[in-house]
Amino acid sequence: MSEAAVLLTTSDGRPLKAALAAAQARAKRRAFWLVAPLLLFIVITFIIPIGQMLHRSVYHDGLSANAPLVGAWFATNPPGTAPDEAAYAALAEDFKAMKANKTAGIAGTRVNYTLPETRSLFTATARSADKLAPPYKEALLALDEKWGSPDVWEAMRSASSAYTADFYLISVDMERAADGSIQRVPENTRIYVYLFVKTFLLSGLITIACLVLAFPVAHLLAVLPMSKANLLMICVLLPFWTSLLVRTTSWIVVLQGQGIVNDVLVALGIISEDGRLAMMYNQTGTIIVMTHVLLPFMILPLYSVMKTIPPSYARAARSLGATSWTTFRRIYLPQTLPGIGAGALLVFILAVGYYITPALVGGADGQLISNFIDFHMDKSNWSLAAALSAMLLAGVLVLYWLYDRLIGIDNLKLG
Amino acid sequence: MALPIYASPLERIWHYSYLVICTAIFVFLVAPILVVLPLSFNIEPYFTFTPKMLALDPAGYSLRWYDMLLTDGMLAPEVPRVGAWWSDMWQNATWVKAAKNSLIIGFWSTILATVLGTLAALGLSRPEMPYRRVIMAILISPMIVPIIIIATGLFFFYSSPCGIVGLDCGRLTATYAGVDMAHATLGIPFVIITVTATLTGFDQSLIRASASLGANPRTTFFKIVMPLILPGVISGALFAFVTSFDEVVAVLFIAGPEQQTIPRQMWNGIREAISPAILAVATILVIFSILLLATVEILRRRSERLRGVTPQ
Repeated sequence: MSEAAVLLTTSDGRPLKAALAAAQARAKRRAFWLVAPLLLFIVITFIIPIGQMLHRSVYHDGLSANAPLVGAWFATNPPGTAPDEAAYAALAEDFKAMKANKTAGIAGTRVNYTLPETRSLFTATARSADKLAPPYKEALLALDEKWGSPDVWEAMRSASSAYTADFYLISVDMERAADGSIQRVPENTRIYVYLFVKTFLLSGLITIACLVLAFPVAHLLAVLPMSKANLLMICVLLPFWTSLLVRTTSWIVVLQGQGIVNDVLVALGIISEDGRLAMMYNQTGTIIVMTHVLLPFMILPLYSVMKTIPPSYARAARSLGATSWTTFRRIYLPQTLPGIGAGALLVFILAVGYYITPALVGGADGQLISNFIDFHMDKSNWSLAAALSAMLLAGVLVLYWLYDRLIGIDNLKLG
Repeated sequence: MALPIYASPLERIWHYSYLVICTAIFVFLVAPILVVLPLSFNIEPYFTFTPKMLALDPAGYSLRWYDMLLTDGMLAPEVPRVGAWWSDMWQNATWVKAAKNSLIIGFWSTILATVLGTLAALGLSRPEMPYRRVIMAILISPMIVPIIIIATGLFFFYSSPCGIVGLDCGRLTATYAGVDMAHATLGIPFVIITVTATLTGFDQSLIRASASLGANPRTTFFKIVMPLILPGVISGALFAFVTSFDEVVAVLFIAGPEQQTIPRQMWNGIREAISPAILAVATILVIFSILLLATVEILRRRSERLRGVTPQ
């Protein structure tokens, strides 16, 4: 275009470029306003609640809110200062207030996360707080020798700040040593790392089981003529549409000790009356039922990929002399990889956060991380539950991001 | 799937064992669901087939567990079944109350999810939508984030919903509105997915054609767009309804005894003493899901026909 090119204008005399930009901005705004109500709704009912909960994982004002005077003493004296009479006086005043407000348990719980077995010290001291009189150091030490221990004072110092990373330390089986360094907790009290590993391993196992079962079925559905495939598709979609609790109930009926499978095996003489298999209320139960529940999520993406693979490729390979195994391995399988990736990631993401099935049929050893979050919610260990949730959420979001990268959320299909 | 004529004997054997394997997997998928249907008619309080049932003896079957669904929780279940009995049942029977709650909560959460979700899907499928990918990822995430995390978050949030801006506006725990909103959030991803899927095959020139013929945007929407995306909207709504109808974890965390739903009642039943009445409920729900599945299938085919997509 030459420099002397005429400036193109619309019929009402505006430059065409500006008019186009304005029109596009208008279209953008219109599209955005359609989405805005839902976005607002999701922010209120989903993003804010989860954000608030995550905040709890680093925030616990049990001690700072209920023992402000001790907190003030910690703020004015550097770490390592031995508690003087002023510190004990502040503590005694705080205990009197805590007794009146019945909050010693809450404060003690907070310190207990940093130094185990201090909760009872707090509740016991609060019970006799009214009798405390100066000199406070002697009075408190007379109540319990532990008040002279530097460990207790260091624990209180670290708990007197409302923001803390302690709950994350607990969730990875770590603790603060007396000198402030971070170390692993004793072998016999390590739970959470094992639990995370177990959750991921079981989810992986369930994903593999789903893949092994889904592959032949999806292939059959993809190569059968439409009318037959539609009929069989109903068998896949029926479990998908059936209530999760119904499916779990059914499996309990089928697999429990006095259940149908055991009855049949006993009747056939394969196992004896006393040798009934324990397939329910343990890890086996969790794996079987979750595989059944998540299988449709594997079959559907596999099927939609396999349907697009032209059969002529396999025929071409055969005509060029490949055996059927080679044809499958070199020609067919690579083309199904997008489906395998989509299905496996989806099943794995859903399995990692599963709650209902393990809670109902998992027994003692079939519980996953979600069930422990529930356990701590039940015990009012809210901050610990939040820290565990945050770690689970981080794992799930990484997988979700991966899913979006590799497959794209737009390609998520249901039925 | 016919076997090619050049198949070797080994391939023949493999072909038939493959069909056997597939059959076994289909049995694994469907049999556990169907097995509860006959067991719910068991006259004995057992979860297994009695010899009488296997002999197809009518004396082995009964409707007693279905009857229990109606009478459980009634003030006076023994009186003759006339007007007073029916109103007592409608007011007090535990399962009937749970069913009413499930339907009410399902209805409102579906309406909320469908209206908001359809509008958003219309915006998201416009090519000029800014930040499309991120917003889509956020809107689908309630389906991906573990339900226990959502329920825990809502539990804290609902105990003081305005606390975040420093106000006090009561609680949302143990309210119908709270449960409706939570279930709508969980149902929204399904509406977005089904409606955007319908819109991908949507011919945008139809809108321009309508506009060039003088229709305003409103008329275009109701006369052109709506009829074409309606099958997708309805199946999205059905997904949202089923999600709400089957949801138990959020209800356990945020609902009160007034909002007892069928899944929660079943949950209690399975955790405590599992009674065959649960199998009767399960049977009713399986029939319900078969009906829903049929509806969705019909809608999907209709949608493909309307959009001119040949059925695969």
